[in-house]
Amino acid sequence: MSYIIEGKTGSWEIVVGLEVHAQIISHSKLFSGASTKFGGEPNSQVSLVDAAFPGMLPVINRECVAQAVRTGLGLNARINLQSRFDRKNYFYADLPQGYQISQFEHPIVGEGSIEIELAGGETRQIGITRLHMEQDAGKLLHDQDPTRSFVDLNRSGVALMEIVSEPDIRAPEEAGAYLRKLRQILRYLGTCDGNMDEGSMRADVNVSVRKAGEPFRTRCEIKNVNSIRFVMQAIEIEAARQVEIWENGGEVDQETRLFDPGRGETRTMRSKEDAHDYRYFPDPDLLPLVIEQEWVDGLKAALPELPDAKRARFQQQYGVPFYDAGVLVAEQSVADFFETVAKGRDGKLAVTWVTGELFSALNRTGRTIENSPVSADALGKMLDLIADGTINGKIAKDVFEDMVETGESPDAIVEKKGLKQVTDTGVIDAAVDAIMAKHADKVAEYRSGKDKLFGFFVGQVMKETKGKANPALVNDALKAKLDA
Amino acid sequence: MLTRLTLTEARAGLAARKFSARDLAKAHLDAIDRLNPKLNAYITVLPEKDVLAAADAADARYANGTARAMEGLPVGVKDLFCTKGVKTTAASKILANFIPLYESTVTARLLDAGSVFVGKTNLDEFAMGSANITSAFGSVLNPWQRKGDEATALVPGGSSGGSAAAVAAGLALAATGTDTGGSIRQPAAFCGIVGLKPTYGRCSRWGTIAYASSLDQAGPMTRTVADAGLMLEAMAGFDEKDSTCSNRPVPAFAQAVGKSVKGLRVGIPAEYRAPGLSPEISAMWEQGIAWLRDAGCEIVDVSLPHTKYGLATYYIIAPAECSSNLARYDGIRFGVRKDAPTLDGVYELTRAEGFGEEVRNRILMGTYVLSAGYYDAYYLKAQKVRTLIKRDFVQAFEQVDVLLTPTAPSAAFAQGENADDPVQMYLNDIFTVPASMAGVPALSVPVGLDAKGLPLGLQIIGRHFDEETVLSVGGALEAAAGFAHTPTLHAEAGA
Repeated sequence: MSYIIEGKTGSWEIVVGLEVHAQIISHSKLFSGASTKFGGEPNSQVSLVDAAFPGMLPVINRECVAQAVRTGLGLNARINLQSRFDRKNYFYADLPQGYQISQFEHPIVGEGSIEIELAGGETRQIGITRLHMEQDAGKLLHDQDPTRSFVDLNRSGVALMEIVSEPDIRAPEEAGAYLRKLRQILRYLGTCDGNMDEGSMRADVNVSVRKAGEPFRTRCEIKNVNSIRFVMQAIEIEAARQVEIWENGGEVDQETRLFDPGRGETRTMRSKEDAHDYRYFPDPDLLPLVIEQEWVDGLKAALPELPDAKRARFQQQYGVPFYDAGVLVAEQSVADFFETVAKGRDGKLAVTWVTGELFSALNRTGRTIENSPVSADALGKMLDLIADGTINGKIAKDVFEDMVETGESPDAIVEKKGLKQVTDTGVIDAAVDAIMAKHADKVAEYRSGKDKLFGFFVGQVMKETKGKANPALVNDALKAKLDA
Repeated sequence: MLTRLTLTEARAGLAARKFSARDLAKAHLDAIDRLNPKLNAYITVLPEKDVLAAADAADARYANGTARAMEGLPVGVKDLFCTKGVKTTAASKILANFIPLYESTVTARLLDAGSVFVGKTNLDEFAMGSANITSAFGSVLNPWQRKGDEATALVPGGSSGGSAAAVAAGLALAATGTDTGGSIRQPAAFCGIVGLKPTYGRCSRWGTIAYASSLDQAGPMTRTVADAGLMLEAMAGFDEKDSTCSNRPVPAFAQAVGKSVKGLRVGIPAEYRAPGLSPEISAMWEQGIAWLRDAGCEIVDVSLPHTKYGLATYYIIAPAECSSNLARYDGIRFGVRKDAPTLDGVYELTRAEGFGEEVRNRILMGTYVLSAGYYDAYYLKAQKVRTLIKRDFVQAFEQVDVLLTPTAPSAAFAQGENADDPVQMYLNDIFTVPASMAGVPALSVPVGLDAKGLPLGLQIIGRHFDEETVLSVGGALEAAAGFAHTPTLHAEAGA
């Protein structure tokens, strides 16, 4: 699928690359022992290192390195056994050291890729250029006092991964698909919670436009976009702006821009002339980061199953259709729920129930899978009741509704309401006889060749037995008696 | 005579209860009272009651047999080491009101060994200088005076000038220093004491205010080589809070002194015979060579071909690191702040008022050499040359065990001399900088007086983490030189 902007001078395609800042899940910060918990009282999680007191030194947090390596492995990327930390120097009130420790020249993770899926099931590979670790800055509070700003350093020094994509993205939808897939992988890995509204994942968006076959034109970077929807909107709006400039004979300036979703526009934040000179140089307080292949191998062996692999396995192991498998693995908790239900049971039946009755029940009750009114075990037990013939599929729907309502176990409901399936052939035969007697005319029609009426008889017998008759036995009995 | 003792003698005297730690502390506080107003060696003198309380605790330990290696010994601490609850200024206005909540690793270890701190010694602002004339709290006076020209005030060298002057004048038995390009060795030479810059990574840098992180190293400043060994033993060792600190075991350094040096090979680097080297320094160097030969060492001519680039390289790398290290002094979280209507205004006023001229010069130089378009030509090239300088030393140490050179190109000069020519001032570090760039240990030992009666030092440079051989050779040189002079301005002068 392609996204084309039709201009006065012809068609334009867009070129997009994303730099995603993902906060690493870790107990303590990248270079200090202070806590990383979200939502603490301002400045309650600040060590002397984070506040850059004189003589304080950074010490690398091994768990953060492991998280970065896990993420690199999850992105099928090259892991660099030797990497280095550099200082990015600039002054700002939220940056106590006057520099950010980052990995400029030698990142811990090199090239990798992400497969994204587009509408219609088409897939595309988006290249990953690199992933590096860096410190987050603190936060300025401008709304506490009419004349002064305050600084909260809780976030100062928290570990971030910057994940840079190749300029492979050609449509706003692809950017959305990329971000969703990346977030899914990070969540599966447990390396970032992906909560964009808490700021633990945010994106810088590089956008340019060009005509087919042209080399890249000048790009603009839209900083710190904090939702997938806004990323897609920002790309559309920025691309349209650039097309208009080029078509009016203008020149797009390389600059840093901000996206204002309220006004639906991007505007200049820093022009190229005002760009900082960050004076990067290797941080002399830290040795080069050297890790062992053996350690990386150990991390790799312990990685959880990732969404693509899980999806393929669900298709193969449980016979789940491709589309449904995608739905199930979108969130790990759903995939886990499904697998608990499906294990040792009919996979196809399990997926029908999970994506059908269960999802609609969740929708209706406003619950999530984590606090589902019906547990995976209970749903599994209900499928067992279907499988062993205790109830049939129709009754099962009633039982399920009861389970949603009361939280009771399926066997208790079946027992209490007497919903047990009728498998007594005597009872069924009697019902069949009664129906045939009642509808002698229809029996004659059937026997003269109108076999479509078979369904009518099934329905009538089921009705007679209040839906509890075993449908297969009803079929057998009807067939035997009608065809006799 | 309590202020003339060596650490070793004082330790023995205390152990034998010839005098108490309280007596020793009192003698030093008294000396500080009398001489510090003139020398300005201390920025902060600790309250008498605190010093005496520490001394009393030491006496208690001597009494109950639990005295440690430095128990009761009065020590001065360069005001670059953060000391918990005690103002730590780096000799800068910008930290004039800074009282750390923490104790640096090195000073914590000295306290753990029983040391009694008497005060925080003066230095060049942020350890940037070779004459101790850039301190925001006034210059330090060298206690030595030129014979026949006693009126001329001499510099103690720098940046650890306060520590050197204090130890030389009897205001502390020993003091800590830090050395980035010669800041322990050059003032030691100027003040007639022993100064040891250990291998980079031997002492933790945690809690020591940074000047140039890849070069800064703490070390002892003492009256004898054995004392330097004793004190280094207490200061050194692995610290998980400093990623660049070595986890090698700390040897019994003091025991290295007095060991025979027979058969050791001593290298004389040709490149240190710089044109313009004063004949007196040259002669003293020859004398040192002769002493070591007499002690059984083999003298070998060696070459350190990249020596001539040392100073230029140093004055790129050290300012580059300092420009970044000193960015945290922005007036926001601690130290002095000058308010202004904008954030940039706060930075500009605070830093313009807080930093002295030399610090500002180095920050500007460092900012320049790291800036876009200049990085490759300056910083990157300097790092490559640094690698070559280091390789020079490694190769030389394949042939010899130590190197012997002068410590400084001259004896102590007058306050005001060299002051208007920074390059001339930087030349003071010409013999000390290469060892700093290479990260190898180097020791300055006082070996004699020049014609004007001023002390001269020789420098012994050793292999990475081989302070022991350096101390052995230093001990031999010390024994041969028999340097027993004290400066004119001394706590017990004329007594």
